[in-house]
Amino acid sequence: MTQTIDRRSLLRAGAVGAAGLGFSSLFPAWAQSGSAGLAGSPGLAPQMPTLSGENIHLKIANTPFTVGGRTGHAVTMNGLLPAPLIRLREGQNVRLHVENTLDEDSSIHWHGLIVPFQMDGVPGVSFPGIKPHTTFVYEFPLLQSGTYWYHSHSGLQEQQGHYGPIVIDPTEPDPVAYDREHVIVLSDWTFLHPHQLVTKLKSEGGYFNRQRQTLFGMLRGGPEESMSASDRAMWGKMRMDPTDIADVTAATYTYLVNGHGPQENWTGLFRSGERVRLRFINAATMTIFNIRIPGLPMTVVSADGLNVRPVTVDEFQIGNAETYDVIIQPTEDKAFTLVAESIDRSGMARATLAPRMGMTAPVPPLRPRPTLTMRDMGMGSMDHSSIAGMDHGAMAGMDHGGSHSMGSMNMRDKSLVPDSVKVGVGVDVIAMSPADRTGDPGVGLEDVGHKVLTYRDLMSLTPNPDTRPPQRTIEVHLTGNMERFMWSFDGEKFSEGVEPIRFERNERARVVLINDTMMTHPIHLHGHFFEVVNGHTGSYPRKHTVNVLPGGKVSLDLTADAPGDWAFHCHLLLHMHAGMFRVVTIRPLEGDAA
Amino acid sequence: MKYLLSLLLAAAATPALGQHNHAAAEQLVTADPHAGHQMDEEADDPHAGHDMPQSPSGPSDPHAGHQMPSTSATDAHRAHAGHEPGIPDPPVAPPSAAALRGPDHAADAIFGAQAMAPARETVRKEHGDIKSGMILIDQLEAVMGKGKDGYAWEAQGWYGGDIDRLWFKTEGESSFGESPEHAEVQALWSRALDPWWNLQAGIRQDFGAGPDRTYAVVGVQGLAPYWFEMGGALFLSDKGDFTARIEAEYDQRLTQKLILQPAAELNFSAQDVPELGIGSGLSTAELGLRLRYQFVPEFAPYVGVRYERAFGDTADFRRARDEKAGGWNFLIGIRSWF
Repeated sequence: MTQTIDRRSLLRAGAVGAAGLGFSSLFPAWAQSGSAGLAGSPGLAPQMPTLSGENIHLKIANTPFTVGGRTGHAVTMNGLLPAPLIRLREGQNVRLHVENTLDEDSSIHWHGLIVPFQMDGVPGVSFPGIKPHTTFVYEFPLLQSGTYWYHSHSGLQEQQGHYGPIVIDPTEPDPVAYDREHVIVLSDWTFLHPHQLVTKLKSEGGYFNRQRQTLFGMLRGGPEESMSASDRAMWGKMRMDPTDIADVTAATYTYLVNGHGPQENWTGLFRSGERVRLRFINAATMTIFNIRIPGLPMTVVSADGLNVRPVTVDEFQIGNAETYDVIIQPTEDKAFTLVAESIDRSGMARATLAPRMGMTAPVPPLRPRPTLTMRDMGMGSMDHSSIAGMDHGAMAGMDHGGSHSMGSMNMRDKSLVPDSVKVGVGVDVIAMSPADRTGDPGVGLEDVGHKVLTYRDLMSLTPNPDTRPPQRTIEVHLTGNMERFMWSFDGEKFSEGVEPIRFERNERARVVLINDTMMTHPIHLHGHFFEVVNGHTGSYPRKHTVNVLPGGKVSLDLTADAPGDWAFHCHLLLHMHAGMFRVVTIRPLEGDAA
Repeated sequence: MKYLLSLLLAAAATPALGQHNHAAAEQLVTADPHAGHQMDEEADDPHAGHDMPQSPSGPSDPHAGHQMPSTSATDAHRAHAGHEPGIPDPPVAPPSAAALRGPDHAADAIFGAQAMAPARETVRKEHGDIKSGMILIDQLEAVMGKGKDGYAWEAQGWYGGDIDRLWFKTEGESSFGESPEHAEVQALWSRALDPWWNLQAGIRQDFGAGPDRTYAVVGVQGLAPYWFEMGGALFLSDKGDFTARIEAEYDQRLTQKLILQPAAELNFSAQDVPELGIGSGLSTAELGLRLRYQFVPEFAPYVGVRYERAFGDTADFRRARDEKAGGWNFLIGIRSWF
């Protein structure tokens, strides 16, 4: 069905009929609790996105933000957290006037939008940044449609609330049919200054982990403590913590849905029988979420803004900066809880989908904290069980054969990596046998008893635009040191003055990301969609951000068609800040002799 | 060390843990509202959610008109199961000559090199060049035993980047109401050797009873396999005396907040140093066991016991001063960092 947008109502930012609940002052109209949703909500007052049209004004400022009854300092756009929804139409031109009222530099990166490099918003790479008390005007045509987002690329402002959603409506009829839609911006909020997060992590790599294995826990047993003594010894010998799933956890974070904490319970409305499109955006800085709506299957229709063949799942993992659109079709007159558990299950973001305000559904308890497996350690392809077979049985099997020999294994075998990888202080482990994990659902989701999305389930709805086979491979190792909280590509932090990754314009190349670490890294390449090589040749899903599972590898086929300099980094903000960042150059530039 | 290892082994040798696996799995399933939904669900209408356009997509799509395969993504997945998918990886190769052409920095042509240079330096620093610091008061404790009660401390701090750091350490001990019997301060430069170990070198100044001494220090500090925090250092005094120290401690988490920390320290000397009461060989050994409760990681009060004794000539020097060669102490203290 075609979405028609009434520009006057789009601009009617004040038209907020929402319940507010007393937390409303900082929420944009679309993020107000009790949101009837966006365009096309027959019978309910339309809740329109805040900003649209050809000229958009954004003001970056220090503002207070309140959640859970406590107020802290935020860096917001137009005073809102998350920032206003920017709703545009494919094919239009847009000028975004961004005023920086801070006393420090700022910037906005339009995550996933295909723009000229100088409009991409990365200070020091694509432009000089937006100086204090100045305005920068971004201008570009919209070449695509879908769900995207925008955020600061300066310092650690993103952690302080500097992010918001973008929806671009297609020119052609939308192949996705829906009666109503809600934008779901997931994020993580802390009352600590982001630099305090860094200092604590540098002091103690596992500072925020309050779910470690313990002696009493082991004696008591239970799902979180089921690792055998010999495996514990093996992990201990490696100086690796199998419970180190997330660097920053609910020990400090409040997980937000559209700026609402679990208590505030953001509520999106529907009428039973409607097809409701949920546009999920993971705008969190350090949190990968597992999303489910108990009682409602979700049909994934788009990933990172681009349509995929519908695939119905009960749960999916969303890395930082990924977006997924799903269709749900509740047929009962009852409420459903939307659960976004953090990957380490220390906490959750929670929202409600209901026919009427005030209705709630039970909130399931947090599931047991997962424990890393041999596969996460990079022993993936040494285990010949099926891809979905990383259940406890398979792990138990490893106990007998694996652990003893593990003791003598070299966990930092330099011969396994090319010379380009600097195996120094910043590399505490090298994956011995990294597996293609595109068929895995993500850490902790191997055995949850229902269907969880994997990258292998994703197929582009339209054929891939460039079917040329890749001509060369570029291998990039994701490396780190958990104890010292160092993160890098190929063992070298960006601050060490590393060479860019260089492509010839329009060359077709395969980038193989090999995750030597035991953490999931959502890796983002600016300015491009790459194809995730997942077996569906010609219909690979095209993404801007890809989760690389611990000890795993992912191949990306890239058409380097956007001349300029682009950022390439882990979207866990503090990993990027710690050095997991590179510049990608594509030459020749526009106008240069080819 | 043996003591520590046996303690660790005792901890590790607790009953058959693998048996919990099934209980865990069951619990997961029963707790899950989706229990019973099986994989069949993915076999839903492959077009669910998509209103397939009557005529294929827009003019921008070069593939318009291509027929969509009718299988759903999951069906296709099954078809590929077990196969090495798609096009094999092409050879690893450097970028072509054309990729190296053009300006080093694309944005310079648009915003000017003058505007971009400082921004580029900032972006470099902000992606990896983190300077941070920490002060750790590992032990600040009252020492109670048969003799006069006293106090002791052991603290360290550092500031710097990932590789090079300025490091200081201090430790000492005394009886209440008296000036420090023994106190030392070390100022060190620390350089990361590998993911876990640091090389440290600098000077140590001692104060307290007996003549003050200044030492040159070289040592290592880091994390050994099985999570032992360890350190070892050689000291050369301004009088030419050689001494050495080895320390180890281990955090056994009983619960998330209750932590039992065995610790050991051995001191060695290459020669007798009578004026300091140090004899050659193993001079002193100390074993401690501290049980702390971490209200927050930065603040943890503890109780503990300590056994300390002197050996060889060191013990003789003590006896000559009418002191015991060794004994037990009870400890109450605070561990804190910031």
